[in-house]
Amino acid sequence: MLADKDRIFTNIYGFDSPWLDGAKARGDWDNTKKLIEMGRDKIVDEMKESGLRGRGGAGFPTGVKWSFMPKEIGDRPHYLVINADEGEPGTCKDREIMRSEPHKLIEGALVASFAMGAHAAYCYVRGEFHHEIASLQKAVDEAYEAGLIGDDACGTGWKFDFYVHSGAGAYICGEETSLIESLEGKKGQPRLKPPFPAGVGVWGCPTTVNNVESIAVAPTILRRGADWFSGIGRPNNVGTKLFNISGHVNQPCTVEEEMGIPLKELIEKHAGGVRGGWDNLLAIIPGGASVPILPKSICDTVLMDFDSLREVRSGLGTAAIMVMDQSTDVIKAIARLSAFYKHESCGQCTPCREGTGWMSRVMQRMVTGNAHVDEIDTLEEVTRQVEGHTICALGDAAAWPIQGLIRHFRPEMEKRILDFQARSQAAE
Amino acid sequence: MQTEQPSSFSFTSENLDKANWHIAKYPEGRQQSAVMPLLDLAQRQNGGWIPQAAIEVIADMLDMASIRVYEVATFYTMYNLSPVGEHFVQVCTNLPCWLRGSDQVMDACKKVTGCGNGETSADGKFTVLEVECLGACVNAPMMQIGDDYYEDLDSASTEAILNALKAGETPKVGSQAGRHTCEPAGGITSLTDRYPDRAAKSGGDD
Repeated sequence: MLADKDRIFTNIYGFDSPWLDGAKARGDWDNTKKLIEMGRDKIVDEMKESGLRGRGGAGFPTGVKWSFMPKEIGDRPHYLVINADEGEPGTCKDREIMRSEPHKLIEGALVASFAMGAHAAYCYVRGEFHHEIASLQKAVDEAYEAGLIGDDACGTGWKFDFYVHSGAGAYICGEETSLIESLEGKKGQPRLKPPFPAGVGVWGCPTTVNNVESIAVAPTILRRGADWFSGIGRPNNVGTKLFNISGHVNQPCTVEEEMGIPLKELIEKHAGGVRGGWDNLLAIIPGGASVPILPKSICDTVLMDFDSLREVRSGLGTAAIMVMDQSTDVIKAIARLSAFYKHESCGQCTPCREGTGWMSRVMQRMVTGNAHVDEIDTLEEVTRQVEGHTICALGDAAAWPIQGLIRHFRPEMEKRILDFQARSQAAE
Repeated sequence: MQTEQPSSFSFTSENLDKANWHIAKYPEGRQQSAVMPLLDLAQRQNGGWIPQAAIEVIADMLDMASIRVYEVATFYTMYNLSPVGEHFVQVCTNLPCWLRGSDQVMDACKKVTGCGNGETSADGKFTVLEVECLGACVNAPMMQIGDDYYEDLDSASTEAILNALKAGETPKVGSQAGRHTCEPAGGITSLTDRYPDRAAKSGGDD
């Protein structure tokens, strides 16, 4: 259980002012100049030592990512791009940072940009977040006014500009190269890698794309030290994390907790428990729509971090926990996600464009049971043909929920089919 | 695309200023990056949808081929290429909202507005659409009307909101269940050192 003194987002519920006065009272912008004066190498080293892994889903070490940027600024300027295209079903943490703690994000962007030799950061926010965009822009205006960013950011002599860019409704733009395409004013279709963004990113320039939460925690990590952050959680899975708990719990909420907290403890402590009690639990999707579902037997003991969830063939993803009690039609739940991926496929790669549609149509039949039992194997086989055969991870993300369903709920699927067949025969 | 199109479009001077503010965010020669905010401005100015003439105007402003602007306008779901109702009601039916009753929200929309998924009411007041995750999952179920999120809905609160809009009133945005934002409804279980008055009656931090 994380102590309040170790929480980074002390205004995550927006009880206090998100604006500059409130933010300063909470410790934001406290001698940021001193952080900058650590120098590029020291900042990157400290971030590496802190063990922070990217909070957008993939969990790549943030400090290591920063170190991929060219050491010297050449002919092409460097850019930091912040991914605030929060659209993974279940996920709503970056929204709270932007509306209640925007200055943490802006200060983090300054420090991160300095550490990567970037004079500008672009924050790509999903367009539906109209009010969050306005909040962030207001905080940016305050920061310029106070000289915290601009031509001489915090009196360091470093020029730094922060721009808010709004998206317009495309889940795929949460994928970093697709986001870059979109930021360039094009359809958001992912690019092949290599070249990686650190070499050729937005407008052909060296670019690093980081999640909102990863950037917003950076100033606190640098102030309190890598040891403090890495001392929370478990080895290789350290620090604090914003968790979103939704679905069949008594009190859905967002909460900052330590990495590696047991899933059951997290739900019982903060979300008021599963509706009808823990024994009424059917299954949980622990990290946003893209990660495989877990049955209750695994949820009983699993820890909420990257490695623990990978060991049970799921993932931490964005730490968006969707809870389903025994009243849930789990096949219909996964079919809903399949419909989502069909809707959001950008259409560029054939296995994803055709596969998401095919999988969604078959999943619809699985919901009613209008299928043959051996079609479950065919469905599984098709997910394997989509997975790993596309430019970006959307194909994988569409495949994994179905694989998880078949892995843990195959008897349920078979029963649905046999019941349907029995009803059809009875009708004849 | 809408068959009946206005013959011309031009930004108001106020929106032209906004457009130039957006364009100035991007490096010289990269003005194409402003295509998305400009399409949004055009849609707002034109009552919720983007006419063909606006696509031509934006293409000229940004030195783009108009097909490239059209491509963007068709790729992203937030751009409407035909008219929508005065109140554009977008109901999230993705998993977290469905688990907590988005079907009832859709039913309530149908009851008050007469519109099923994708339909616009005869008086042009409402368009109702099922949409994908809007990123307010711990406040599910929820819907977006215009720019505003209405959260923690049930049938009764959904009907109340839509009836208020019908009557020309302004319903309260955000949680309809009395929550401030995303905190647990029964009182907070973290940050209780800072906000002891808001702590849950039992449980919480030691």
